Amino acid sequence: MESSGIRAHSTKLATILSIVPGLGQLYNRRYIKGSIFLLLSAAFFIVFYDILNIGYWGLFTLGEIPTVDDSRVLLSQGIIALILTSFALTFYVANMIDARNDAKKIQEGLQITSLKESFVNAWDTAFPYILTGPGLFLLVFVVIFPLLFMAFLAFTNYTLMNSPPKNLLDWVGFDNFKALLTIPIWRNTFLSVLSWTLVWTFVATTLQIALAMYLAIIVNDPRVKMKKLIRTVLILPWAVPGFVTILIFTALFNDNFGAINRDILIPLFGSGVPWLSDPFWTRVALIGIQTWLGFPFVFALFTGVLQSISKEWYEAADMDGASRFQMFKFITFPHLMFATAPLLIMQYAGNFNNFNIIYLFNQGGPAVKGQNAGGTDILISWVYDLTFESSQFSIAAAISLILGLIVAIFAFLQFRKTTSFKEEGKM
Amino acid sequence: MNRKTRNALELTGIYGSILIMFIVIIYPLLWTFGLSLNPGSSLFGASMIPENWSFKHYVWLFTDPESDYLIWYKNTLIVAFATSLGSTVFVSLVAYAFSRYSFFGRKYGIYAFLLLQMFPVLMAMVAIYILLNLVGLLDSLLGLILIYVGGSIPMNAFLVKGYFDTIPRELDESARMDGAGHFRVLFTIMLPLAKPILAVVALFNFMAPFMDFILPRIILRSPENYTLALGLYNFVNAQFANNFTRFAAGSILIAVPIALVFLMLQRYLISGLTSGATKG
Repeated sequence: MESSGIRAHSTKLATILSIVPGLGQLYNRRYIKGSIFLLLSAAFFIVFYDILNIGYWGLFTLGEIPTVDDSRVLLSQGIIALILTSFALTFYVANMIDARNDAKKIQEGLQITSLKESFVNAWDTAFPYILTGPGLFLLVFVVIFPLLFMAFLAFTNYTLMNSPPKNLLDWVGFDNFKALLTIPIWRNTFLSVLSWTLVWTFVATTLQIALAMYLAIIVNDPRVKMKKLIRTVLILPWAVPGFVTILIFTALFNDNFGAINRDILIPLFGSGVPWLSDPFWTRVALIGIQTWLGFPFVFALFTGVLQSISKEWYEAADMDGASRFQMFKFITFPHLMFATAPLLIMQYAGNFNNFNIIYLFNQGGPAVKGQNAGGTDILISWVYDLTFESSQFSIAAAISLILGLIVAIFAFLQFRKTTSFKEEGKM
Repeated sequence: MNRKTRNALELTGIYGSILIMFIVIIYPLLWTFGLSLNPGSSLFGASMIPENWSFKHYVWLFTDPESDYLIWYKNTLIVAFATSLGSTVFVSLVAYAFSRYSFFGRKYGIYAFLLLQMFPVLMAMVAIYILLNLVGLLDSLLGLILIYVGGSIPMNAFLVKGYFDTIPRELDESARMDGAGHFRVLFTIMLPLAKPILAVVALFNFMAPFMDFILPRIILRSPENYTLALGLYNFVNAQFANNFTRFAAGSILIAVPIALVFLMLQRYLISGLTSGATKG
């Protein structure tokens, strides 16, 4: 096992050499890989030099000559430059690690592979990247790029009065966030919208889950007949497109000629309820409708889980003389929660951003004095209004960022509950 | 005796609850159908059981020269086919990589997907609007399709990866032993075995454009580019309570097929979701 023919091969030297991508690999006598890396990095600089150059200049200045420089274009080029740079950096680090690992293997006496083998190896390692590449590319430009753009926009002064290409945008730091918290009309609106958003998320989602749990358990009762039919009907609200049902409910709840006031409440109690003109009643109606729309999904989930709980649990509990409530508390409930917790968190996150129902039902209305959002606007529908009705792009972006932070909290909870990716993917 | 009455009481309670839910669920749907048969156009004066019912609104949707219903149907079908195809292809490639290969960045990729599926594309609507405007894809179906496909990747890739994980590794390992290449394993083993989940992904992405209203609302501007959801919304939005019966007729025509397909397929979705959530 003496160093028969293998010169003292230094891992350090390989790593240091790969400061220029490819050299380290060449030193490791991986000639193909090395030259590919060299070529790639050279190509990267030649092709992207201009974009990087203009991108970073634009990102810092947002343009210098009004009407000639379009700050929005410059900003997006800047973001592209950032994305390119982060890809390059990842590649760079991977290249150094790769050189080090190869050098280590050579030190340990591994034979250098033949040309053909190294081709096969290269294809094997590259393959997962080739698979994910197209999807990743699309994801970056359709999802990540807009999210980044929005994040940057929150720190500029893009409004109707100050809009490119006529005007230049400027970086204004945290001014938009400050405005949200200090200028009275913004602050009042922000706080009342935020608190309603939280109440809405909590109450509507919890009701959905509670109703679903109740129904799933009673329908699962062995004495109930025609289970299939009952389950199908209970899932109907999920099957009908949401925008259709919401608009139908808008008509049903209409103050003057809606069926709920005209056919049910007025004949029974003599007076109708101002469903669409009083913020409180609009909120009540919204929560009711969301429960109607949202419970079937959770119901279907719960039904699936209930059917998979082994009967033995209940038989054993029965023998020990457990009451029905105890069985629910110690068997059914934990099973349901364990299997569905991540999905339930998603439900909360979904309602938190449930734009459709708020906007379609009453467009966030009715209007309320002393604030520039409607009485039932949640954060995301307020962002929509600010963007498309009053062109307050920067403030809207700032609010979106705050929204994102809150969603991140949900995501964090989700991570802790999901064990899915811990053990998978060894090969 | 005592036990018997208790049993009876409980059953009454159970069936009572179910009956109430049935009424609450079915009433709005029947009401819509009833309204769509009203000859008049306004909500006022329309009733659930019209005295002289007619299919006038259905006929109008298909035959009147002013009606864009068929154009919207065509647009929606184009968007739906493209989205469904695009997203199934991208998603199955990505899921295959995440399920069967270990590579640099895999773990962070999964984290990123989990995170991204929580952020609705809608949250970046400011940016999407401005960006599509800049590249000239505003008011085009292509812009809409791209956003649908891109936005569908994180959630669906997760679903399909979960399914791939349940296919025994011995299968593709032995194929590899016999000299099958990467793509061969994908096309001859993984994809055929994953047909059920791929069908679900394709179908749900096909249905999404029929149901989604807000992205078309942001992206599409001219009536001849509208999708069904957006066009129907404008029936009621333009002059509220004026065209409600027409809206009802148009809605019934998309709600019925979608609901039928959905009811047939929902159990696949549920099993996919739960296995994805608990097993990965």
